[in-house]
Amino acid sequence: MTQVSMTVNGKSVSAEVEGRTLLVQFLREGLGLTGTHVGCDTSQCGACVVHVDGKPVKSCTVFAMDVAGSSVKTIEGMANPDGSLGPLQQAFQDHHGLQCGFCTPGMVMSSAALLAENPKPTEADVRHYLEGNICRCTGYHNIIKAVLSASGQTVAAE
Amino acid sequence: MHNFDFAKPSSIAEAAKLLGSDGAQALSGGQTLMPTMKQRLAAPSVLVSLTGIAEMKGVCRGDGGLHIGAATPHAVVAKEAAAHYPALAALAGGIGDPAVRSRGTIGGSIANNDPSACYPSAVLASAATVVTNKRKIAADDFFQGMFSTALDEGEFVIEVRLPIPLRAAYVKFNQPASRFALTGVFVAQFKDGVRVAVTGASNNGVFRWSEAEAALSKSFTAEALQGLTVDDGDMISDLHGTAAYRANLVKVLTGRAVTAAA
Repeated sequence: MTQVSMTVNGKSVSAEVEGRTLLVQFLREGLGLTGTHVGCDTSQCGACVVHVDGKPVKSCTVFAMDVAGSSVKTIEGMANPDGSLGPLQQAFQDHHGLQCGFCTPGMVMSSAALLAENPKPTEADVRHYLEGNICRCTGYHNIIKAVLSASGQTVAAE
Repeated sequence: MHNFDFAKPSSIAEAAKLLGSDGAQALSGGQTLMPTMKQRLAAPSVLVSLTGIAEMKGVCRGDGGLHIGAATPHAVVAKEAAAHYPALAALAGGIGDPAVRSRGTIGGSIANNDPSACYPSAVLASAATVVTNKRKIAADDFFQGMFSTALDEGEFVIEVRLPIPLRAAYVKFNQPASRFALTGVFVAQFKDGVRVAVTGASNNGVFRWSEAEAALSKSFTAEALQGLTVDDGDMISDLHGTAAYRANLVKVLTGRAVTAAA
């Protein structure tokens, strides 16, 4: 076992890991940050997306030791400082962008990465960017609306 | 996944030393190797991460055209190659999805030589030079069949140098679940002729379609391909597409790539 340190949601953290410990295991089991979900464990579904140094990654397909010293942001870091929902999270709630919520952490983190790169995406941009995030409930339309709304764009009424 | 010792060297020399030991395996972005290890199809005893080596990262113009560090992620190539080699940047920007592109690298892709990976087609069609820690290898010699390359034990890619064509385009037919190429074709026109490299189709991995190269070198138009046929004898046949389907895709996508480049 080796001690690994990194910054997670602005706090310095460290935990014991093996070589094979995945970033998502470090977050969930090492730090108790269970907001990040493991859906497929094969890097296809995107439920485990977090940001490493500002870039979206599938945390089931990154070794914890490979990102030692990095700055990681998870779904727990997306809320406002008072604990209320952050703007993107609120938009998901407002537009019913989730049903069971399992894919939501990854959807929110991927969407946040998109908006950081492209603050006013088109609908096509959003659909393309979320290609690696799979949702089995909503059929995506409300997720797209939530992201467009969070970017400050008017979303057509139902 | 079986456990292993993890090492993250900061120089090529240090990485070469670590990779010289028995059971050592190079790790780049891990987007293919990690799923392979989870299935226990690979079980290295030492994993050597190449992503902490600054001299193996970045995109710049050089004597060999566009020089790309082997550990440069797809997302960076998509952005930084755009002004120099747009077809290559577009290919990089279409691999997997944004999260995969944050991690996956050009060196990892070509060293693995997955028969459906996008990058091998660009590297082969561009007549690129693959620079390793030991030597320089021409792309025509580097790819040696499905999951097979000219790399020796302990040898790893440090840079890829791609001559920049006059015109080029990559067109892939997505396998919608994995976003790998069900078949993909990279067409590159140089002063001295056209090169056509096909991925996702053959049981022998990436290959050059020489009949199309000859026809397109005479006339760089989709019509020039009309009389050609693609033999389906060596084509991949799986639940996503039969050999005959892939053989047809090779011709259709080559035509589309020529039209897109012209």
